[in-house]
Amino acid sequence: MVAKGRIVWVSGPAVKADGMSDAKMYETVSVGDAKLIGEVIRLTGDVAFIQVYESTSGLKPGEPVVGTGNPLSVLLGPGIIGQIYDGIQRPLKDLAEKSGSFIGRGITTTPVDMTKKYKFTPKVKVGDTVAPGSVIGSVQETDLIEHGIMVPPDHAGGKITKIVSEGTYDLETELATADNSKTPIKMYHYWPVRKPRPYQSRYDPTIPLLTGQRVIDTFFPIAKGGTGSIPGAFGTGKTVTLHQIAKWADSQVVVYIGCGERGNEMTEVLVEFPHLKDPRTGKPLMDRTVLVANTSNMPVAAREASIYTGVTIAEYYRDMGKDVVLVADSTSRWAEALREMSGRLEEMPAEEGYPSYLASRLAEFYERAGRVRAQGSPDRDGSVTLIGAVSPSGGDFTEPVTTHTMRFIKTFWALDAKLAYSRHYPSINWMNSYSGYLADIGKWWGDNVSKDWFELRREAYGILQREDTLKEIVRLLGPEALPDEEKLILEVARMIKIGILQQNSFDDVDTYCSPQKQFKLLTLLVDFYRKGQAALREGAALADIRAMPVIATLLKARMEVKEEEIAKLDALTGTIESEFKKISGAKITA
Amino acid sequence: MSSQGGVQYSKIAEIKGPLVIVDGVESVAFDELVEIQTTDGQRRLGKVLEVGNGKAIVQVFEGTTGLSISGTSAKFAGKVMEMPVSEQVLGRVFDGLGRPIDGLPDPIAEKFIDINGEPMNPEQREYPRDFIQTGVSVIDGMLTLVRGQKLPIFSGSGMSHNILAAQIARQAAVVGTSDEFAVVFAAIGVQFSEAEYFKRSLEESGALKRSVLFLNLADDPAIERIITPRVALTVAEYLAYDLGMHVLVILTDMTNYAEALREISAAREEVPGRKGYPGYLYTDLSTIYERAGRLRDKKGSVTQMPILTMPSDDITHPIPDLTGYITEGQIVLGRDLFRQGVYPPVNILMSLSRIMKDGIGEGRTRADHQEISNQNYDAYSRAQEVRALAGIVGKAGLTGVDLKYLEVGDGFEKEFLTQGVDENRTIEETLGLQWKIVSLLPKNELTKVKDKFIDQYYKEQ
Repeated sequence: MVAKGRIVWVSGPAVKADGMSDAKMYETVSVGDAKLIGEVIRLTGDVAFIQVYESTSGLKPGEPVVGTGNPLSVLLGPGIIGQIYDGIQRPLKDLAEKSGSFIGRGITTTPVDMTKKYKFTPKVKVGDTVAPGSVIGSVQETDLIEHGIMVPPDHAGGKITKIVSEGTYDLETELATADNSKTPIKMYHYWPVRKPRPYQSRYDPTIPLLTGQRVIDTFFPIAKGGTGSIPGAFGTGKTVTLHQIAKWADSQVVVYIGCGERGNEMTEVLVEFPHLKDPRTGKPLMDRTVLVANTSNMPVAAREASIYTGVTIAEYYRDMGKDVVLVADSTSRWAEALREMSGRLEEMPAEEGYPSYLASRLAEFYERAGRVRAQGSPDRDGSVTLIGAVSPSGGDFTEPVTTHTMRFIKTFWALDAKLAYSRHYPSINWMNSYSGYLADIGKWWGDNVSKDWFELRREAYGILQREDTLKEIVRLLGPEALPDEEKLILEVARMIKIGILQQNSFDDVDTYCSPQKQFKLLTLLVDFYRKGQAALREGAALADIRAMPVIATLLKARMEVKEEEIAKLDALTGTIESEFKKISGAKITA
Repeated sequence: MSSQGGVQYSKIAEIKGPLVIVDGVESVAFDELVEIQTTDGQRRLGKVLEVGNGKAIVQVFEGTTGLSISGTSAKFAGKVMEMPVSEQVLGRVFDGLGRPIDGLPDPIAEKFIDINGEPMNPEQREYPRDFIQTGVSVIDGMLTLVRGQKLPIFSGSGMSHNILAAQIARQAAVVGTSDEFAVVFAAIGVQFSEAEYFKRSLEESGALKRSVLFLNLADDPAIERIITPRVALTVAEYLAYDLGMHVLVILTDMTNYAEALREISAAREEVPGRKGYPGYLYTDLSTIYERAGRLRDKKGSVTQMPILTMPSDDITHPIPDLTGYITEGQIVLGRDLFRQGVYPPVNILMSLSRIMKDGIGEGRTRADHQEISNQNYDAYSRAQEVRALAGIVGKAGLTGVDLKYLEVGDGFEKEFLTQGVDENRTIEETLGLQWKIVSLLPKNELTKVKDKFIDQYYKEQ
C-alpha cells in the first residue's frame, strides 16, 4: 500500500501531512502539487512529519502527499564519475537543462545516462557460483576507472544461469541471472543511503594516504581507510586544504561533498579539475572525481542527505576494490541542518540547540570509513577514507560539533587563525594537531622511502616542540636571554616552518610534494641543525651561521626544485657542509 | 472570513511582537504575501511564516504598533512578494520594501520577480576572474576584489567603513572598459546621515544615474529590514542578468538585519542558537550572500560588498563569524589604525580575499602580484612581532634585521596603506609601492618571491 495523505501544516522545510498511516520511516514521498521530494522523519498516529528537499515556498495545506514505498536511495552504476550532483543525486547539469541558471523545483531526473552504452567484459561464465557482491564483469567508466559490475548486496546470487557475451550494452540490459533470485543483474542497482554497504572483513589501516602536503604526510599523516577532521575558523584555509587533498591524494576515486558551503567553490573544482593532471597517471583529475554540491543557499534538508549520498557512492567504489577518499566540507553545516529539523520537530535540545543524537549521527558517519575485504569473489581490498571539515562557531574548538567529532576521528588537523593571519599556510597548528596512525604507517615509510624516516621526523618535531617552550621565555625576557644553542633551535624551527610546514597551493611546483622530496627536504634541515649545533660547540659564532647563504636556498627549495630534479637536493648537503667548514675555518684563523 | 467586494479578509486571532496570527484561513500558502488592513484604512505588508490547522502566522514588515484584534484584517495576495523591475529603476530611490520615495511616479515594470530569488545552480556559475581596480592600494594589492565576489567589510561602530565603501563604489565605477556598471545601495537600519553621505558621494561623481538606492533608515520599521537586502538583490540580479550590467551591491549594515531576524525568531519562541540568534542564521544569511556571482552565457555580474559593524569589535560574534564562513574573504578594519588616523584603517593580517588568486597574475595584473603580496603579508606580520618584542626589550635590544622590520611596519602603514579619500592609484603604482616596502629588507629575507622577480623589481636602498 502506498501512503496517500494531505498536507496539514507547512513551516519552512518541514511539512506535516495526515492520512499517512501507511507511510514508513525514512520513506521518500512526493509533496504537494509541485511534486517536491521529501522524506518521512517522524510518524505520530496518521500524521507524518516530512522534511522536504526543495523550497516549500507556495505550498498549501490540503495539497496531496504520496508515498513512493522506497527509502531515500542512490543509483549505483557506471556514469557517476565526473558528475556534479545535488544532495539527492540529481545531476546539476540536468537541472540546468530543465530550469535554467537557477534551480527550479519538482524536477525529476536520472542520476546517470541510462541509454549510454558501455563495453562489458564478462568475468564469470554460466555455471559459476556467485555470492552477493561478486564481480560478474567490468566496464571502462572513464580512462582511470575500471568499473566492476557486482551482484547487488541484497541479491541472493547462486549459480549463473545466463550471462551476456562481451559487447556494448546500456544500463538497462539484463546482463546475467543467477538461480537464487528471479531478479536479473544489470549494470546498476539502488542502495538506501542511510544503510552502510556490507563487506566481508575489516583491516587495520596501515598504508598512508599520501596527499603531497608536507605537514600532513610527514607530520600528521592519515591512513587509507582512516578518519580525519580539519576544524578551523573562517579564513584559516579549510577549503584550500581540502581541495589540495582532493587533487593530490593517491586514491583511485575522490568524492567531494560541498555541504552547505559556497557555490563558487564547487564551480572552482568543476573548472579546475578537468585541466589538472593526476601526478601518477597523467589523466585529468575529473576522471576520478564525483561532486555532491548542496550549497548553503540550497534547501537545508537536502544538505542533511548529501553526506549520506556521498558516503554511499564512496562505499560502492570501495566494494570494487578501490581506494576512495571522501571529503565533506563542512560537517558543521550538516549538523546545523540536523539542528534546524530538530527544532521544527520541537525536540528537546542538547548543547547549543543541537539535538541529543548529534554525537551518535557523527559516530555512525565516521564509522563508515575503513579498509575492507569486499564481499564475494574475486578477493578485493578497498578503502574509504573520511575527511570532514568542521566550522566551529567563533573558531571555538570546545563547541559541540568539534568536540563530538574529536571522539570519532584519529587524525586531527587543527587550523589556527593566528598562523593564517601571518599567512602561514596551510595553517595547521603543529602543537594542537595529532595523528593516531603514526605508529601504524611508520613501517610503510621505512619500507618505501627510508628507514631513517621515523627518527628524522621525531627529531624535527622535537625541534618544533622545544621552540614552543622557548618562545615563552623570549616573550618574557627577549631573545638575548637565551644561550646560542637555544637561539639556533629558534632559527632552525623558523626554517622548518618556512621550508617544510608552509606550502603554497597556488605555486605550480610547491602544490604537490612527493614523499621522496619531503624526506630529502627534512633531511637537509635536520642535517643543518646537527651541523649547526656541532659548529657552536666548536666555538663558531651564531651570527655567522645565520648569515650563511645556503639558508635562503634551503627555504626556497620547496618552490625552486621541481620533482624531476630532486637529485639537486642531494647536492645541497655538500653546500651545507662546505659553508659550515668556511665559518669554522674563519673562527680558527681569527 | 468575511467578504468585501469579492476580496477575502481574515480575522486576526493574536498579535505578538512583529507577528500576527490569522484564524480561519483556507488555501493559504507558505511564504505568501499578506496585506494587513486597519480600520482607518492603513495598509501594511507581511508574509506567511507558518500555515496549518486553519491558522497562519504572519510576519508584519512595518511592525504591529497600533494594530488591534478587532480592527485589523488580513488579505492573502495569492502570490509571494515580488519586486517590479525595469531599466527605469536606475537613478531612483526606494524605501526598504521597494516603494519609490523620491517623489517620482512608480517606474513602469518590465516584469515582476520573486524577491527571494532561487539558488544559483553551481554548475551554471562562471568562476569569477575579472580584476576590479578600486584604486585603493591595500585592496588592489593585497585583497583584490573580483567581479562576482562577495567581499564584506567588517567594521566597528564609528569607523570609516562607509567612506571606504563609497570610495570603492566611485572609483570602481569609473575604471575600465565600456561595460555598463551600476551600483545598488541598500541602507539597512542606518542613520540618515550615513545614507545621505553615500548618496551625495554618488551624486558628485556622477554615478547616481547608474545607481539604485533602497533606504531603510534607523527610524524605519525594523522588520522591514528582512526584506530590504532581498529587494535590492532582486533588482541587482535583473540589472546583471537581464540587462548585462556589472553591478556592485553595497549592503549596510548587516548587523541590523541579523537583529531583525532575531526579533522574529524570539517572537516565534524558537530554540535559539548562539547569543539568541536563530539556529538558521547561517542558512538565512547565505540566501543573501550567495546571490553574488556570475553566470555562464550571461554578460553581467553581481559583486557584493556587505558592511557590518562587529558588536564590541568582536570578530567571533555570530554575525561576523557566520558571514565570514559564507563570504569570499573579509576586509577587517582595525580600531588601533583608526585611532592613529590611518585611512583606510585595514588590518590586513585579519583580512583576506579568497578569489584574489584567480583575478591576478600574468595577463590580469602582473606576474609577481601574488608573490609580492605574500611577501608584504609576511614582512608586516614579522614587523608586528618585532614591535611586540620592542615593547619588552626596548628598541635598543633589537638586532640589525629586526630594526629593518620596524621600518617596514612603519613604511607599510604610512606609505602603502594610507591614502586620500579621493586618491585613485593604478595597479602599477600599488605594486611599485609594495616592492618599495620590501626593498627595505635585505634580499635574503625575501623568501616568498622567486629570484627572477627579485632581480627584476628589488630596489636596494
